[in-house]
Amino acid sequence: MSPSVRLQEMIRVIRGARTQGEERGVIQRECAAIRAQFRQADNGTRSHNLAKLLYVHMLGYPAHFGQMECVRLIASPRYNEKRVGYLGAMMLLDEKQDASLLITNSIKNDLSHNSQYVQSLALCTLACMGSAEMCRDLAPEIDRLLRASNSYIKKKAALCAVHIVRKVPDLGELFTPAARSLLCEKNHGVLHGAVVLITELCERNPDTLEQFRKVVPELVQIMKGLVMSGYSPEHNVAGISDPFLQVRILRLLRILGRNNDTASDAMNDLLAQVATNTDSSKTAGSAVLYETVLTVMDIKSESGLRVLAVNILGRFLLNNDRNIRYISMTSLQKIVQTDHNAVQRHRGTIVDCLKDQDASVKRRALELSLALVSAVNIRSLMKELLLFLSSCPPELRAHTTSGIFNAAERYAPSQRWHIDTILHVLTTAGGDVRDETVPNLIQLITTATELHCYTVHKLYRALITDISVQSLVQVACWCIGEYGDLLLRGECEETEPVQVTEDDVLDALETVLQSHMSSPATRGFALTATMKLSTRITHNVDRIRSIVSIYGSCIDVELQQRAVEYNALFKKYDHMRYRGSVCGAPSVIAKLPEYLLGGSGEPVPSSGLSHTVPGPATSTSGGDLLDLLGGLDVSPGE
Amino acid sequence: MIKAILIFNNHGKPRLSKFYEHYSEDTEQQIIRETFHLVSKRDENVCNFLEGGMLIGGSENKLIYRHYATLYFVFCVDSSESELGILDLIQVFVETLDKCFENVCELDLIFHVDKVHNILAEMVMGGMVLETNMNEIITQVDAQNKMEKSEFSSFFSLYRRLSFSLPGRTGRHRLVLQVPLLVPCLP
Repeated sequence: MSPSVRLQEMIRVIRGARTQGEERGVIQRECAAIRAQFRQADNGTRSHNLAKLLYVHMLGYPAHFGQMECVRLIASPRYNEKRVGYLGAMMLLDEKQDASLLITNSIKNDLSHNSQYVQSLALCTLACMGSAEMCRDLAPEIDRLLRASNSYIKKKAALCAVHIVRKVPDLGELFTPAARSLLCEKNHGVLHGAVVLITELCERNPDTLEQFRKVVPELVQIMKGLVMSGYSPEHNVAGISDPFLQVRILRLLRILGRNNDTASDAMNDLLAQVATNTDSSKTAGSAVLYETVLTVMDIKSESGLRVLAVNILGRFLLNNDRNIRYISMTSLQKIVQTDHNAVQRHRGTIVDCLKDQDASVKRRALELSLALVSAVNIRSLMKELLLFLSSCPPELRAHTTSGIFNAAERYAPSQRWHIDTILHVLTTAGGDVRDETVPNLIQLITTATELHCYTVHKLYRALITDISVQSLVQVACWCIGEYGDLLLRGECEETEPVQVTEDDVLDALETVLQSHMSSPATRGFALTATMKLSTRITHNVDRIRSIVSIYGSCIDVELQQRAVEYNALFKKYDHMRYRGSVCGAPSVIAKLPEYLLGGSGEPVPSSGLSHTVPGPATSTSGGDLLDLLGGLDVSPGE
Repeated sequence: MIKAILIFNNHGKPRLSKFYEHYSEDTEQQIIRETFHLVSKRDENVCNFLEGGMLIGGSENKLIYRHYATLYFVFCVDSSESELGILDLIQVFVETLDKCFENVCELDLIFHVDKVHNILAEMVMGGMVLETNMNEIITQVDAQNKMEKSEFSSFFSLYRRLSFSLPGRTGRHRLVLQVPLLVPCLP
């Protein structure tokens, strides 16, 4: 009985199970039966059982007890048993299992078998799961097969050699002569395997690469034959003669022509020919054209050819087929560093692709847009990116925000624009920004001294609208604490003035403190800001005092510590508090060391307040106060 | 290099899973589930390329898939493969299956998993494309099957030869699932 029939019966039974539990039961019974039969002597059913076991393995059930059976079946003289055994070896065994070593001898014998199909089984298995030792043992056999066998075996031996070279790179030299001679074959399968093998050898070893540069003329000949030949029914895919082989050869030419003038010259004509003659209305033609373009951009080609290549990519970009657009953006990404201006010409189309419905296309367009940002186009491109951010899929948000920040940092035309951009991002997608955005933004605001008024007004407005975005709230609290006097003064040249009373400000900060949406870090910011305002406002100091003292018994230890210390400032050092604080916050030292930012993540500037209180005697707990201008003591939070 | 070839149906049940890199059994199942999750979310008219899931190598690897009737054919490849080429390869694979099984449908793949493996072994070996000429592949597969059958007839001559007809052909259960697999050729 063919193993397939028994297998089919079992599959039918499994499919008949109506629930997952029933299926598990059926499979357990089958596995138990299989296990029992494995232990018995050969009764002609071994291959059926292994086939069943492999099916069960595909469904996800454990099948490791079949490993030794694979070894036994491979050693059997019967073809059908060998076949199932080898399949089992590929699915169940890998280098880490001891059983894999046991099949080395069987493979060796089978490689010299009379029947080419047995040889091919052995080659296939070796190529799939051969370990380094197995490869070393069997490499001479593979070399022999590469030279003297029929084309069916030669092509399999070529790919097996690729696997061997990947596992044991030193053996590459062994295969080089054979690979060279394989290029003269007519059979496309063998040619294909030979080209893959040569590609692998060249990628691994620069000396081999030098050697193979000499075969560029031969490769060009083969390509010419493929491109110019008429319709050949066996290799035709959508009007292109063996596009798979063409793509492989083009890739090899790319590797050979890189950084080498002579080789590149030899291929210029061919590439121009392929680029102009290939019909790109079907996928096969597009694949060949795409590979040609990549090759042209990578080797030292003439400028006319390069222009042709970029134009082809531009045409791809406008294609209706989404696959083609995706591919063209991928290739534009590869060349954007070297041929920046050429890609800039297509910026409009790329930005349009940001609005495409397809998530993959959007992702490519985003990467490319971020790569195209430059000092010249930063304003217009940033508008598009911000528009994209408001509607982009969630998995792309973090990447988009960090990309926008990087671009803004490098090319911001003015500080005000920079701050506006960051604020816009925080309002739209504040939940997806990196952690260091908050201290970076604070540092930026501090350095932009003439914009303090504008910034604090903007942030205040943002704060009263929405307090759910933590990063935005933290920055807003800090800003209000630091520049609250500018806010209360009410006048500002850059934005419409709004009348803000001290009560309004304290209301806003209290809302943040009490909201359940605020994280502990945000509450810390709000509390410190409230405290700082005590020196900047005149009428509501008592209100601040009461807020601060409430938090003296807060359940959050961090807040409690702060509240208690601030209370102490009110009580014991009231006279110093006001006088010292007139100095205001010192400008932040750029690039503060990590430990200063401490566990609470609160940036140092907020301890500018502590800076005004002299002496170590004021510390209640948690170590010395940070002295910015003196020695830097480590103090987590203040 | 092709890292994995997966075929699963619209509900995520695996119909063929071939991995060319070693993963533990649990990881393999997780990869299948993750891939299904990623691929089933896609609309019908978006492009056929996806970034790989985290388990199978993240953004360096791509998932190239085609959806035929009730089955997804997914090839997970790394950056050394041509994406459009793999798309064509999937088409060649399905056409070969069609030739070998005569109007192939999901049931054929379910009940003849081993045959599908054998066909695949003639096309992709060790993660690399071996042969793309459909006629060549079918010739070799037929020759191998003949060899197998000749062994049976000689060895098991005592047993009555069961008809090697495939289950659907006897007409016993023509389920709704048996929709012809191929959709009209590539544009």
